[in-house]
Amino acid sequence: MTRYLMSVCYSPDATPPTANELEVIMADVTEVHRQLRAEGSWVFGGGLHDPSTATVVTSQDGTAVTTDGPFIDSKEVIGGLSIIDVADLDAALEWAERTSRATRCSIEVRPFVDDHPE
Amino acid sequence: MLARSFRDLDLAEDAAQQAFAEAATSWPRTGVPESPGAWITAVARRRAIDRIRRESRRDTKQRQAVASTAVPAWPDFDLGGESVDDDVLRLVFTCCHPALAAPAQVALTLRLVAGIETTAIARAFLVPEAAMTQRLVRAKRKIRAANVPFRMPDDARLPDRLGSVLAVIFLAFNEGYIASSGDGVGRPDLCEEAIALARLIVDLMPDEPEARGLLALMLFTNARRRARVAVDGSLVRLVDQDRTRWDQQMIAEGRELLRRCLRQGRPGQYQLHAAINAVHTEAATFVDTDWHQILALYDHLLEIAATPVVELNRAVALAEIDGPHVALVAIDRLGLDGYHLWHAVRADLLRRCGRDDDAGVAYERAIDLTDNPAERQLLQRRHAELPTALN
Repeated sequence: MTRYLMSVCYSPDATPPTANELEVIMADVTEVHRQLRAEGSWVFGGGLHDPSTATVVTSQDGTAVTTDGPFIDSKEVIGGLSIIDVADLDAALEWAERTSRATRCSIEVRPFVDDHPE
Repeated sequence: MLARSFRDLDLAEDAAQQAFAEAATSWPRTGVPESPGAWITAVARRRAIDRIRRESRRDTKQRQAVASTAVPAWPDFDLGGESVDDDVLRLVFTCCHPALAAPAQVALTLRLVAGIETTAIARAFLVPEAAMTQRLVRAKRKIRAANVPFRMPDDARLPDRLGSVLAVIFLAFNEGYIASSGDGVGRPDLCEEAIALARLIVDLMPDEPEARGLLALMLFTNARRRARVAVDGSLVRLVDQDRTRWDQQMIAEGRELLRRCLRQGRPGQYQLHAAINAVHTEAATFVDTDWHQILALYDHLLEIAATPVVELNRAVALAEIDGPHVALVAIDRLGLDGYHLWHAVRADLLRRCGRDDDAGVAYERAIDLTDNPAERQLLQRRHAELPTALN
């Protein structure tokens, strides 16, 4: 089994979904999460507030510097994430496809390190 | 367990290296086989399978202990067994996994399935060896880290995944075919390797008509190779080729393959491209070409894979039936301004319409956009032949 991080990526420039659309999206996402739990593949997940709500802390020479805003300014931002535990990449990609369909967003799939205990 | 042990793709690479060592020692004695590429694939295959079997019988600890000692002698070969074929297919599908970028898929397949050395692959794709090594290392690391499964895709995904396998093979072939007319010095024969790979897939997946179609297409194309390059290294257009120099044996094999896959009634783009090429091979001269048949095949192709490049090729056939004016109208709306062949086709059509000045401008654009020296040479000659050529 390998654990994967699925990040929901979206462009901040894109038109945000209307309240009604958002309701449908939330229902679809909840359903995917339910299926993940039912198959025992769910580890953790949730949606995130937008990047402007982020705070960055950097410890340097014993002092912490706290700054407002996201660490990386990028064209795409992460709107939410799920961590899943599945057999292999093909299984993860299958869930990514379902999550993409539910969120109407691209999903980045990344494996966690040290996940092959022999 | 077996999959887990072979997922370490370095194993496959070792097997390929052994095949080369074997080639080096046995060829001087037995003579170079008719198709060295296919031979090496077969040997590497045996080696890889052999090692999988050996490794799969041991647990991890033993395997680690054995890895540092000498490589044991091969047990007897078993090429006919089902599991052998399955393992080769798994390796092919892993190398061509869509999670890997296309250049990485091609490099991995050539390295691990065809057994070509990294240096040679780098030369074939005109990239520095260090870059090619890096590409392979990164791809193998991703396969391991992301846990790309070493198995056949399920039925629902198979058509898609087979599509990427065939695309990888065709990419390798085209790289070899286009380069073969350029300064192809010291580059491995990618065309032959690609044909050997396609044979392997046809062999292992006999029910897939597109695999057979691709093999036929590559054979038809490769059959014209000798007639395609002039003594001065420039390209020879289909219309000017000496058809007696086409390889009739390859053509005959292509026809047989095409006949078999078309009978399966599941046409795809490779089969249709192969069929178009088959029509060309049936004509004794260019004027004897059955253009109506070719046009009908392009129309069919457009139904399943409508791309501007297919439209452009269709227009070439259309010009032979309805004349250059009609074909010009058809290509002018394609939006292929960045594609050298669009300008080249347009230039030829303009010239046939008597618009020599416009043709000259189009040739110049085509020449500017062409990287390949053989193609450029042909275009420059065509340009110079224009009666009103400015230079």
